[in-house]
Amino acid sequence: MNTRDRNNVVLLGPEDGPVVMLAHGFGCDQNLWRLVAPRLAEDFRVVLFDYVGSGRSDLSAWREERYSTLDGYTEDVLEICRELDLRRVVFVGHSVSAMVGVLAAAREPGRFAGLALLTPSPRYIDDGDYRGGFSEADVDELLESLDSNYLGWSATMAPVIMGNPDRPELGDELANSFCRTDPDIARVFARTTFLSDNRADLAGVTLPTLVVECAQDALAPPEVGAFVHARIPGSRLVTLDATGHCPQLSAPEATSRALAAFAAEIR
Amino acid sequence: MTRTGPGPRGNEGDGAPAFSALLEDSAEDLYENAPCGYLSTRLDGRIAKVNTTLLTWLGYTRDQLVGHRRFSDLLAVGDRIYHETHFAPLLRMQGEVGGVALELLTAGGGRLPVLVTSMVRTGPDGEPLLIRTTLFDARDRRAYERELLRARREADRERARLQRLASTLQRTLLPPALPEVPGVRTAAHYHIASPDQVGGDFYDLFPLAGGRWGLFLGDVVGKGAEAAVVTSLARYTLRAAAVSDPDPVAVLARLDAALEQEYRGDDPRYCTVVFGLLTPSPDGCDLTLASGGHPPALLLRADGTAEYRHTPGGQIVGILPEARFASSDVRLEPGDTLMLYTDGITEARTDAARNRYGEEALLDFATALAPTTAAEAVAATTGLLAGFGDGLDDDTAVMAVSVPAPGGRDG
Repeated sequence: MNTRDRNNVVLLGPEDGPVVMLAHGFGCDQNLWRLVAPRLAEDFRVVLFDYVGSGRSDLSAWREERYSTLDGYTEDVLEICRELDLRRVVFVGHSVSAMVGVLAAAREPGRFAGLALLTPSPRYIDDGDYRGGFSEADVDELLESLDSNYLGWSATMAPVIMGNPDRPELGDELANSFCRTDPDIARVFARTTFLSDNRADLAGVTLPTLVVECAQDALAPPEVGAFVHARIPGSRLVTLDATGHCPQLSAPEATSRALAAFAAEIR
Repeated sequence: MTRTGPGPRGNEGDGAPAFSALLEDSAEDLYENAPCGYLSTRLDGRIAKVNTTLLTWLGYTRDQLVGHRRFSDLLAVGDRIYHETHFAPLLRMQGEVGGVALELLTAGGGRLPVLVTSMVRTGPDGEPLLIRTTLFDARDRRAYERELLRARREADRERARLQRLASTLQRTLLPPALPEVPGVRTAAHYHIASPDQVGGDFYDLFPLAGGRWGLFLGDVVGKGAEAAVVTSLARYTLRAAAVSDPDPVAVLARLDAALEQEYRGDDPRYCTVVFGLLTPSPDGCDLTLASGGHPPALLLRADGTAEYRHTPGGQIVGILPEARFASSDVRLEPGDTLMLYTDGITEARTDAARNRYGEEALLDFATALAPTTAAEAVAATTGLLAGFGDGLDDDTAVMAVSVPAPGGRDG
C-alpha cells in the first residue's frame, strides 16, 4: 500500500499553490481541520492526512515499536512529503504534532519553509522548575479514561474492523466517529504524546516559526506557550482569544487568519 | 339505606385529580429534581445552569459552580485530558456526543462515575449558543464494566500464556538449528499457522554412524496437543529407528508399527513423512529417500531445471495394516538443491475463488529459482508463504539440502 492510502491523504486547493500541511494531534483525526481547511484551500495547496492508527488510516500498517516514539509519526510526515514530492512545506502541527513538525524539520530542513505550532507543548509533565501542567500519575489516569471508554469502542468498532459486510449501518457510525481509535493504539499514542520530552529540540529550529496558543487551554497553558516561544529563536507568538485546546474548532476564523497570514508571508 | 362511604364515583373523584396534579408538576421541578444531572455551559465551558440533583451528587452549592467553574474543572485530571482531546472536539464537530464515561470530582474529594451526553444548542442561524449536558450516575455500570475489562484482560493474559506454552512445545518438536553437514548446505523454515496451537508438521536432520546423516520432514494429521503427542512420538521413533537400521524403508516401517501399536483401535493417528539417508561424497552427496504418503521432493538442478522426485508406492504411515514403503536414490551434484516441504504450501488459497496454489505452480516457482542454494531456496519459499497471507491456513515446513557449486555464493 502506498503512503497516500496508508495515511488517508486528502489534497485541497490549487495544485500549484504553496503547500500547507495540516497535522492532527492525539485524540481525533484530520476532521479536526474541517473548519479551517476550506479557507486555507482558497490560497494554498492543503495537505490533510491521518497518522497511521488514527482516523481512516490503514490500521494494519500500525506497529507498536514504530509509533511508541514521535520518530514514527515524524516518519509518516516525511514519507508523505517524499511520496507527493512536497517542497517548501508550511507545516501546521496541532498539539503533539507541533513537536512532530520540529523533529521533521530537523530531519529534512530543506523540505520545509516554515512551522506553525498550534497549542504546542514540548513536555506535558512537570520537571523541576518547568511547569508542563501534569504529573505522571495524571497520564496514568488518562490511560484509565481511555480504558473506561474501551467497551463502547469495542462494541461498535470491532465488527467494522473485522469486516462485517452484512452490517452496513456500522460504516455510517464509523464516519461519525472521528475520535474513536483502537484502544490499544490510543494507549500507545497517549503515552508517546504525554511522556515525550522535546524541550531540547526547540533551540535547533531554524525555520520561520509561528506559535499559536489559546488564552485558556487546560492542556497547554500560557506558560508553556511562552516557553516554546522563548526557546525557538526568532519565533512569533500569537495568543488567540479562544478557549480549549483546539482553536481550529473553537475559533476557526481567527485560527485560519493567523495561519494564512503566516503562510503567505513566508511563501 | 344512606351512602356512608365513597362509592366508585367518589373513589375516582378522590384519587384521579391528585395523581394528575402530580403529572402537571412544574417543568422547574422536573428539571431540578430529575433522576439525572443537568448542566448548561457556555461555549467556553463555564457553567451557566445546574440542577439540584447534580449539586446534591457533587456536594456543591449553586453559587460555587455557576459563573465560576468550567465543566472540565469538575473532572478528574485524566478525564480532563480526555475531555480536551476527544470530548470537546467531537462535540464541536458533531454538535452532540453521547454515552461517554467520565468521573466527576465531588466537593468532598470523592469520585462519581457518570455517563455523559452533551448537545450544542444552536440559534436560528445555526450558530452555537450553549451546551446542554445530562449526566447519569454510572457507579453500578462502571463497576460492571471494570469487571468486564478485568475479565477481558485476564482472557488476554491466558491467551498469551497459551501461546507461550504452544511456542515452547513447538520448539521442543523442532531442532533449534540444523547441524552442519560437511560438504553440504542445509536450511529450514517453519511457518506456524496459529500462535494458539502447536502445529502438526515436523522435520529433523541428525548424524548417523559412518559419516552418514538422517533427515526427515513430515505432517501429522490434525494440530494442537493431540497432534503434538504424535509428532513427538514420530520424531523420536524416526531417530531411534535410524540408529539401529538407517535404511529409509525400514525406518518408516518402524514408525508405522509404533503408531499402529500406540493408537490401535478406534483412535488411529497417522502422518505423512519423507525420510532420507544422506551420504556426503567428495563432490556431491547421495540420498536415499523413502516416502510415506508425503508430497514428492523437489529437485532444483545446477542447470536451471527443476523436477519432482516421486517415491512411488509409499503409503500413509500409521493407518493401513502392513503399509508398504519404497525408496529411490537421488544424487546431488554441485549446484543441485533438494527441497522437502509439507502440503500447506500447495494447499494454500491464492485467490478470492479459493483456488489452491497447487503442484504445478510450485514446480514453476522452483524452476524459476534453479539453480539455487539451500538458504536461497528456503528464503524464497518463506517469501512465497508470506505472500499467501490469509490464504495460508495450515502449518508449513520446508527443508532444503544443497551441494555448493564451485565458486558459488555458498561455497
